[in-house]
Amino acid sequence: MTVIIDNTKKTAAGDGRGPVSAAEKARAKGDAKGGLYKPREPIYPKLVHGQWRRIKWALLILTLAIYYITPWIRWERPGALPDQAVLVDFTGRRFYFFWIQLWPQEVYFITGLLVMAALSLFLVTALFGRLWCGYACPQTVWTDLYIYVERLFEGDRNARMRLAAAPMSFDKFWRKGGKHLVWLGVAFGTGGAWIFYFHDAPTLIRDFWIGRAPMTAYVSCAVLTATTYVFAGHMREQVCTYMCPWPRIQGAMLDDHSLQVTYRADRGEPRGPHKKGQPWEGRGDCIDCNACVVACPMGIDIRNGPQLECINCGLCIDACDEIMVKVGRPKALIAYDTDAAVAARSCGQKPKHEYVRPRTAYYAVALVLVSGIMLWGFLNRSVLDIHALRDRNPTFVRLHDGSIRNAYTLKVANRGFEPVPAEIRFSGVPGAQLRTPGEPPQDIVKVVLPPNEVRAVRVFVTIPADSATDSSLPAAFDVRTPEAGARAKTVFLTGAPKSP
Amino acid sequence: MSERERDDHSGTETTGHEWDGIKELDTPLPRWWLWVFYGSILWAIVYWVLMPAWPGVSGYTKGVLGMSDRADVVRELDGLKAHRQAGEAKLRTASLQQIEADPDLQAYAMQVGQSVFGDNCATCHGAGGGGGKGYPNLRDDVWLWGGSLDEIRHTLEVGVRSGHAQAKGETVMPAFGRDQMLTDAQIADMTEYVVALSRRKANQAAVTRAAQTYADQCAACHGPAGAGDPARGVPNLTDAEWLYGSDRASISEQIWNGRNGVMPSWQARFSPETIKALAVYVHANAGGDAEPAQAAAKEGVVAVATAK
Repeated sequence: MTVIIDNTKKTAAGDGRGPVSAAEKARAKGDAKGGLYKPREPIYPKLVHGQWRRIKWALLILTLAIYYITPWIRWERPGALPDQAVLVDFTGRRFYFFWIQLWPQEVYFITGLLVMAALSLFLVTALFGRLWCGYACPQTVWTDLYIYVERLFEGDRNARMRLAAAPMSFDKFWRKGGKHLVWLGVAFGTGGAWIFYFHDAPTLIRDFWIGRAPMTAYVSCAVLTATTYVFAGHMREQVCTYMCPWPRIQGAMLDDHSLQVTYRADRGEPRGPHKKGQPWEGRGDCIDCNACVVACPMGIDIRNGPQLECINCGLCIDACDEIMVKVGRPKALIAYDTDAAVAARSCGQKPKHEYVRPRTAYYAVALVLVSGIMLWGFLNRSVLDIHALRDRNPTFVRLHDGSIRNAYTLKVANRGFEPVPAEIRFSGVPGAQLRTPGEPPQDIVKVVLPPNEVRAVRVFVTIPADSATDSSLPAAFDVRTPEAGARAKTVFLTGAPKSP
Repeated sequence: MSERERDDHSGTETTGHEWDGIKELDTPLPRWWLWVFYGSILWAIVYWVLMPAWPGVSGYTKGVLGMSDRADVVRELDGLKAHRQAGEAKLRTASLQQIEADPDLQAYAMQVGQSVFGDNCATCHGAGGGGGKGYPNLRDDVWLWGGSLDEIRHTLEVGVRSGHAQAKGETVMPAFGRDQMLTDAQIADMTEYVVALSRRKANQAAVTRAAQTYADQCAACHGPAGAGDPARGVPNLTDAEWLYGSDRASISEQIWNGRNGVMPSWQARFSPETIKALAVYVHANAGGDAEPAQAAAKEGVVAVATAK
């Protein structure tokens, strides 16, 4: 049996200020021993209207549309290649993105893309705070969608809280049940859309229902359905607060000049209730109406300053602006602002926004550098690729006339969609002769490279005995087609004593 | 000493045992653990019914599902045989040249050949076929018994001095020293002569002394110019390939001892298809020449002539 070692003082929970242990809270909830985990306090975010909410709706529709529509975009490709614009083809070992086709060997482009994404995130966070968390993160988008569904069935904040407290009834049952059913539907749609990125979508959607889709499709769909339902429906802000590493990392990106959702304490304090007609002199603009708190999907009070939980979504800004208009005060008591600006205003100075700072400069330079390298690499990507695998057993062979022969297997990749004639040359050792099985010795090996494939070419290289000046001679194979070329470095082993 | 009491701190009973004042809590098993335990018992019973489980005197309970690993293996092996059927059939009907001309069939033959070579031939010829002292290198262009596809297959079938009726290697190298056919001095001179045959610097006096002995004893097989005789598997002494080593000590030892290589006949062990695949594999690894080069006899004559 788990024994909780609880060193906190056994005071009644919630008796006032000060820290309260999780065990204490659990005790207050009726668990006499104190649970291991802090029980979640359910959050019922209130619907707000305003500029940021509108932007969030727009981004929700946009991101979901991208997610659901992308696999259905068609893109003509030659031959039997898939006609899906965006496709991660594991069986064919290709990644397709519109006109781009990546081979598994080129996965570094994906790595580069991820590095660029990380650097962009650093830069955006340093400049504008956690915009990703507040607007674009799937966890935020799907949670928003789930709360929307919840509101459809159960009403807004107050109605939801009443329903949660009410005893089970037919009304409660169908509302709750309906909500969970739609949630599951959305979750299934999410998992279902995911698998289309890995197979031809029109084929898969038919195969899926008649049980002919690959097992991975069913498993992926089931896993994503489960995670979507659990994360967006049940765990919500806990994913951000406890599971996601990003809130922790972002602490290192932010500084006093980063834009964040900020309660302008200089203007708002001292706060207090305000009756119509009372003067505004000598007090802050915050009327302590709690509108920002009830609107927050993370369940925090923004007036406590920047917090780990805050995802920078701006819903409290909309909530507060509504109230400010009602009470006849200027908007933006809560706004995207910087700590430095708030500090400056409290001292009566004019706030300055410094966008160019060492931190943002580093991130921007790194981002430009990495993007530049990736772009350069991508534009200079050859449709040809060659690798030389030298036979290692035996490393070399001495022929009857004393000449030395090494055998290589060349892997020549033609990433184009047409068969091309190619010439393979060997360089580095004077007097070298190439042979492919069944052909007479020659200086150049001529092959026709099949489209979109790796062709293995067996090549025997023979050098005269007097060319063997060292045990290992650096050499290279060059492959050339009318349009492109590639080079593979290798060595030629001779068995001669190593030169000093 | 066996008095159970309730512990104040945890609210759990003690076991009633006490050791030097230390008492043990009788903490109940966690409920989830108990359920897993009961579940395992139930599962075991189900398992006994479904799967092979209990040993008997002359057998075991088979289980209603009829699971049997041995039957699975047999089924998988049958499947493998069926899977190989197509390739085997093609190997059976195609000629060696046809196999080599068809890239798919050649690739299949190479796969078969590689695994068979690794299991059977690599012991002597090396995993890559590079050979060793006394064991021919199968990667070069020197072939005692011919390097064309058909010759390689024939060598594989009959072997060398293998006891097979048609085995190659009727001609054997005598042990000139051991059997006292030549004196040590003659063998020393002959060593110089053989060195000179391969166009290396040699003691001219010794070469001149050995010329008559060579003509009497060696030329019958190795030829007057030392070019050997591929038809009888007699090595060419003028080229750069030395089965038993190229230095003077190795040459002299071979003249003294006269070793003769042996290779088993594989006809009894392998199917004709496997031997075909093996021949294709060996041929391809050696470069895949239709007609492998053989050292020209004339070069040897010139060499010895100039050495004189």
